[in-house]
Amino acid sequence: MYNKSLKELSASLRNKDVSSAELSQYFLDRIKHFDGELNSVITSNEEAALLAAQQADKLIASGDSGLLTGIPLLHKDIFCTQGLRTSCGSKMLDNFIAPYTATAVSKLEQAGAVMLGKTNMDEFAMGSSNETSFYGGVKNPWNLDTVPGGSSGGSAAAVAARLAPIASGTDTGGSIRQPAAFCGVTGIKPTYGRVSRYGMIAFASSLDQGGAMAKSAEDAAVMLQAMSGFDEKDSTSVDRPVDDLLANLGDSIKGLTVGLPKEFFTDDLDDDIREKIEEAVDTIKLAGANIKEISLPNINLSVPAYYVVAPAECSANLSRFDGVRFGHRCESPKDLEDLYKRSRGEGFGDEVKRRVMIGAYVLSAGYYDAYYKKAQQVRRLIQQDFVEAFKEVDVIASATAPSVAFTSGEKKGDPVSMYLSDIFTIGVNLAGLPGMSVPCGFVDNKPVGMQLIGNYFEEARLLNVAHQYQQLTDWHLAVPAGYEQEV
Amino acid sequence: MQWETVIGLEIHAQLATKSKIFSGASTAYGAEPNTQACAVDLGLPGTLPVLNEQAVRFAVKFGLAIGAHIAPYSVFARKNYFYPDLPKGYQTSQFDKPIVGLGQLDIDVDGETKTIGVTRAHLEEDAGKSLHEDYHGMTGIDLNRAGTPLLEIVSEPDMRSAAEAVAYVKKLHTLVQYLDICDGNMQEGSFRCDVNVSVRPVGQEEFGTRAEIKNLNSFRFIEKAVAHEVERQIDVIESGGKVVQETRLYDANKDETRSMRSKEEANDYRYFPCPDLLPVEITSELLDEMRGSLPELPATKKQRFQQQYGLNEYDSEVLTTQRAMADYYEDAVNFSDGEAKLVANWVMGELSAGLNQNNVEIVNSPVSAERLGGLVKRIADKTISGKIAKQVLELMWNSNDFADAIIEREGLKQISDTGELEKMIDQLMAENTAQVEQYRAGKTKMMGFFVGQLMKQTQGKANPQELNKLLQSKLKE
Repeated sequence: MYNKSLKELSASLRNKDVSSAELSQYFLDRIKHFDGELNSVITSNEEAALLAAQQADKLIASGDSGLLTGIPLLHKDIFCTQGLRTSCGSKMLDNFIAPYTATAVSKLEQAGAVMLGKTNMDEFAMGSSNETSFYGGVKNPWNLDTVPGGSSGGSAAAVAARLAPIASGTDTGGSIRQPAAFCGVTGIKPTYGRVSRYGMIAFASSLDQGGAMAKSAEDAAVMLQAMSGFDEKDSTSVDRPVDDLLANLGDSIKGLTVGLPKEFFTDDLDDDIREKIEEAVDTIKLAGANIKEISLPNINLSVPAYYVVAPAECSANLSRFDGVRFGHRCESPKDLEDLYKRSRGEGFGDEVKRRVMIGAYVLSAGYYDAYYKKAQQVRRLIQQDFVEAFKEVDVIASATAPSVAFTSGEKKGDPVSMYLSDIFTIGVNLAGLPGMSVPCGFVDNKPVGMQLIGNYFEEARLLNVAHQYQQLTDWHLAVPAGYEQEV
Repeated sequence: MQWETVIGLEIHAQLATKSKIFSGASTAYGAEPNTQACAVDLGLPGTLPVLNEQAVRFAVKFGLAIGAHIAPYSVFARKNYFYPDLPKGYQTSQFDKPIVGLGQLDIDVDGETKTIGVTRAHLEEDAGKSLHEDYHGMTGIDLNRAGTPLLEIVSEPDMRSAAEAVAYVKKLHTLVQYLDICDGNMQEGSFRCDVNVSVRPVGQEEFGTRAEIKNLNSFRFIEKAVAHEVERQIDVIESGGKVVQETRLYDANKDETRSMRSKEEANDYRYFPCPDLLPVEITSELLDEMRGSLPELPATKKQRFQQQYGLNEYDSEVLTTQRAMADYYEDAVNFSDGEAKLVANWVMGELSAGLNQNNVEIVNSPVSAERLGGLVKRIADKTISGKIAKQVLELMWNSNDFADAIIEREGLKQISDTGELEKMIDQLMAENTAQVEQYRAGKTKMMGFFVGQLMKQTQGKANPQELNKLLQSKLKE
């Protein structure tokens, strides 16, 4: 059951082979059984989920159901869910219950999906290993000594361990794609503006984008289809119709041109990973695509530019957590300054504090031009590089991350090396392009992910390439040892 | 030494939109604390701002009215600082790309016209209110005002006296109400002023160090605060000190300004473009639409009143200060069959006095323009005297009756019949021969006695001009 595709699960529901209530209970049981060691789910929604499942069963019985009706899922704890705690992985919001639901979550709810709970994440989505969560790290089901990646590490680990068929994630610099790669799942971050950010707690507003994490490109397409669309509550969401992401999945990719940026195949990349990516590219070539080397001349500036822009925005976005209206408030403050200092000092973890300080610094008088303004200029150059590249190619392919999942604690004390684990993914966010990660093999029994980058609003084409690749490979169907058992 | 005062002003005009600048919550004044603050106004995590288009239109309208450049592309920025009544920890404002660029406004002081430059005007959200009383050592926060749209209007340092500053503020106050973009209510904080004041020796080109005075919510306070601040700065300099750049607060109760914070303590606001909002683009269609929606502006109206109605400058100024009063005036003139000067006197005199006494705005005047016009018509055609008209107005104030009906009912019609008046005069002279003698002996003051007696007899209805004429000729006989 756990390895069935959404289409198969949906058919089983419609054929009454299983009810949504049973399916939900099945995955809730898997969470109970396996998540003690993984720590991927931090808030359970069991009671409400079972009620929602019963509602879904009624809809299915009445024949008024879609592909997601009655399908259980998990949401990254960055999405606000009315009545259910939304912590964002932070002590600051350990007590926070939003009086509204994020648009992306509402859309999935309207499509009939059943929320089983909320997944662990790096605090305020700041991290690449899930180790910055107030609720403790998440373990990678492929190797419990390693990290699942971050910041959507909980969602990635949960889908990898088959604790839910699909889970939501968000991606500011690679936070869907890198954990998808580390955990051997398929993840897609759409074009900036495609999924509403309303109710998604902001880290860096101009880079944040919600997306889907699933076992396959097809499942990711089903989920992303439901999440996408214009939202008048988010001024940066784009008012344009959503393409049918499923219609062209089966199209041949013959004649399509796939670009390989030479800057992504340098010494930064582990040799055994390069090998896996080259194998995957060969498979795509076999399917009829043309392969072409391209150049993104300014892409090497993406990590430094990102670590100016993202902290700058986060420093302002996180100012609202001041202990005055909601969230953590220190015990008996003696005055206003004490209230601010202790509430924020106690509520935020080290990585968040580091980025807030970097952000305040790069925006301060006398430094703004040298850092923030310069970074925005670099950002435009990077964007321009991609625009030029997409004049020559349809899709860009690379490794998602320079290494496989690293050992827990390995990079915790070395923020720069941690930041460099997003070296291949960050440019996509700076440019606002859609990107995804697809499982493409193993190194030392740890999953490797191939990144595919598409042109603006070409999610359908990206998913088509990924799906065609998955028709020829079965890396995405592999389940980590121990998690294949039924419970 | 002779000192020259230099003044620049920042005015925050609350835009009269129904909902807030970035949320759908109501902007109505006076609600229970925190009942008009939605999730967006509270800065709850995950919420996002959506720009109120009406606020943009109002800003454009203002810009056009002062002949300013309207930026085709303006940008919202975040102004970062911590304060408990600032929910997001930043104020969404405009910084280096404001919606309204350089414009100007003419003021009249002592019969001279002076042009004051308006540097810029930008859109921003208001903060909430911190309430320091009644909370036993704690602070209460009311976020109803948070997110209310403001237009911050910044002038050039073009004013040279408190009188000029007040004239400028009054001009703007009139203008925003004409444009229907701000209710101008200073008590409720809909129109607030911060004044930048400095002094320099007469003839010196360079500006002196300025102090910013905040919290000035009446024209009188502006005048007093500037006067006080100028005196203070001159004192400081003349006693060998230096004026420091600082923010000062005007205390109306003590009539003094006191230091709030100096430049050294000033915040670094770390402005940067707000990534949650798209740049504001003003299309030429919108510009045309807004241009078409502009009403006749106060300066134009004032000129027209002088030409069309033959009013003097003072009267036309007073009558055009409020758009509602100008409209009332013009209506009343129509109903009076064109008695422009007389209507002006009555609107500015008796009517305004009555409205002030009862604390009523002219739009809610108990006596409509039609009824006032009807009353003035009867003064003009001498049916009643001005004195009687005051009685009629009083009766109109508390009823819906027209002047004609009241005059008829109360028998107030003026006695202009010469025969009738002559008879009364003859009788009076016969009864008071001594006084007639005195008058004829040169004591012309006795005239008053005869007028008084006759007015008493007619209960004021005798036509005063007729009466005077007849009396004079009879007494001389």
